[in-house]
Amino acid sequence: MAQGQSQHLPLRGFGSTRQWTSGCASINRLPKDGSSHSILTAGLTTLANITQQINRGLPFPWNAGHTAVAASILVLVLALGPVFKLELVVNGLFLGSILALGAVGVSLVHGVLRFTHVAQGEFMTFGAYISFFLLGTLFPKIGMDSAGLGPFTFGFPLLIAIPITVAAMASMAVVLDVVVYRRLRQRRAKLALLAVASLGVAVALRGLVQTIWGSGTEQLPQVPKSIYQLPLGVQVPPDSVFIGALSLASLAALYLFLTRSNLGRTMREATSNAGPAEAGGVDTRHLVWATWGISAGLAATAGVLLSVHQGQLFPAMGWELLLPLFAAAIVGGMSSPYGAFAGALAIGVAAEVSTEWIDASYRPAVAFAFLIVVMLVLPRGIFGVRMAKT
Amino acid sequence: MDISGILVYSAGFLIVVGIYAVFSLGLNVHWAYGGMFNIGIAGFFALGAYTSALLTTAPPSARFFEDFKFGGNLPERMGGLDLGIDLWFLVALVAAGFVSGVVAAVVGTIALRLRGDYLPIATLGIAETVRLVFLNEQWLGNGAKGLYRIPRFLGDWVSPRNYDYLYLAAVIVVLAALYVTVEWAIRSPWGRVLKAIRGDEDGAAAGGKNVFAYKLQAFIFGAVIMGIGGALFAHDARFVAPITFDPLLATFMIWAMLMAGGSGNNLGAIVGAPLVWTLWTVSQSMPGFISDPDFRFFMIGCLIVAAVVIRPEGLLGERPAAPPSRLD
Repeated sequence: MAQGQSQHLPLRGFGSTRQWTSGCASINRLPKDGSSHSILTAGLTTLANITQQINRGLPFPWNAGHTAVAASILVLVLALGPVFKLELVVNGLFLGSILALGAVGVSLVHGVLRFTHVAQGEFMTFGAYISFFLLGTLFPKIGMDSAGLGPFTFGFPLLIAIPITVAAMASMAVVLDVVVYRRLRQRRAKLALLAVASLGVAVALRGLVQTIWGSGTEQLPQVPKSIYQLPLGVQVPPDSVFIGALSLASLAALYLFLTRSNLGRTMREATSNAGPAEAGGVDTRHLVWATWGISAGLAATAGVLLSVHQGQLFPAMGWELLLPLFAAAIVGGMSSPYGAFAGALAIGVAAEVSTEWIDASYRPAVAFAFLIVVMLVLPRGIFGVRMAKT
Repeated sequence: MDISGILVYSAGFLIVVGIYAVFSLGLNVHWAYGGMFNIGIAGFFALGAYTSALLTTAPPSARFFEDFKFGGNLPERMGGLDLGIDLWFLVALVAAGFVSGVVAAVVGTIALRLRGDYLPIATLGIAETVRLVFLNEQWLGNGAKGLYRIPRFLGDWVSPRNYDYLYLAAVIVVLAALYVTVEWAIRSPWGRVLKAIRGDEDGAAAGGKNVFAYKLQAFIFGAVIMGIGGALFAHDARFVAPITFDPLLATFMIWAMLMAGGSGNNLGAIVGAPLVWTLWTVSQSMPGFISDPDFRFFMIGCLIVAAVVIRPEGLLGERPAAPPSRLD
């Protein structure tokens, strides 16, 4: 195994994208002599351009092999839907989209800061509880206590609460970095020691949640609403549509940030470099804070969405999700945010579909089993980029 | 002041401390000698405890509302061999360590072959899977009701009132034996290779050492120790159920003990147990919010962070050598 290098291995049997796009470009150089030729070449060159754009944006080269894998997954899902009870697959996708937000954060922290951030689950829990505080205690004091906005069980105040929660958790994460992790980094501490510190942070955060709000189960203000009945026996609560939309929007925003902004590009480079993250022209502090802020913000959103999705929140919810979160990140290739998203969807679907045959409480174990299988078959994960050892 | 009451309480207190010291020792093998971050201690704890409990408990009886299928009933079966010294206890301890080690071997083989980052989640997976299996499979361990007819070791030697002194002696003997074993292992050639791997993994690999094999062995070694600790716990509490292995008492507490006492130093690992457990029990009787169990949860977390940030080598640990100067 080569160490300390990023490797892009094209799948055998498929050409690399560069060959494909250069082939298309050569088509473009053919003399234009007829309408049909022009349309064909125009179409191909547009496709080639789009591919090049996407390629520039992604932290790994998307080649025809990846397209084949994605297409087969899509076909599998659609074709086997009736076999696997499409309802469960759909549920799994929605659950997976929530997991994805947390898993992407794990991926980013691991990619830039190079350690296993065990407190990510507690970021989700704390985010959920901040929203609970806002919606249950603070907002009603100023008269904002409506629930049941349109077809959703939650009310308009949730849309205000989410950005506030994100900002609060992002700030908290930065403070934690300054107080805990930066000290360790300055001491050149072993990366595993940062992981132990994050374990302490996780326990402390959960203890704080329990001290402030108690150890019982709570609920966000909600009004029961009817569920959309789709064909093929699929039932989709309108809340899930909101959750899925918000999750996709967050990922799209992250994609734009990573590809269009200076800070984002530095973050991507830090992710794909071997060895400790270097500055690369951007103030390291800003890079670190951005990483923490984004991860925590995404986790906070995930926590709130999870409380909406499952209709309740309790202090252990984050720790219980830690296994699926990390399984998703690892399956995706530990440092790839997009891989984490894909991995989360896959694990969400696997966990939900498994309830057909085994008890629903086994879902974390299903996530673990899924992880083991993927580790055996695809050791680098779906989109594994770095092969560097920590 | 009832002296005998205080003494009995102290004996019980020290038993728990001793059992936690065993776990701390096992975690030290994982963390300080193997460089592995194990957040699923509760899994090995539960495996050891359940193995020992299932081997020694009486066969299930409907009279006691027991749904599980298999009870080892070792004390009865081994009655002839015992010669009055309850050899079944030793068998139970060994079996507990063995089962723990086997699970560590299986999962470690998969997880350690890849990057070290995967191991923490694999250990979490073990803990979660073990908990879920014992919770859901009634036929295995009586589900949530747990096993509550676990026999006493040498129960008929002393009166129940004085029993804790005897069991404390047993725990101390086991702890001492494990301590000696770990110390010997560390000073052996095997231990020296581990140290080299810990210092410079790639260098050791370049030197021809099978890094994976050594780490796997360390992982199994630590897991065996934790399994034995679980068995000691089972015969002390004489009740095991999924709820007894909650992460706070079975994972986080042990990390706090190791970090506070001194990782890298076996004596430090053992010392950490009374240190943190005293803090834990004393805070229970302090006035105000300090005795709030939720606050004490928070306190354990802060303890781990403080230990890592302020003094990662703990009370008795050695300061790591300063990194080489950049001017060289």
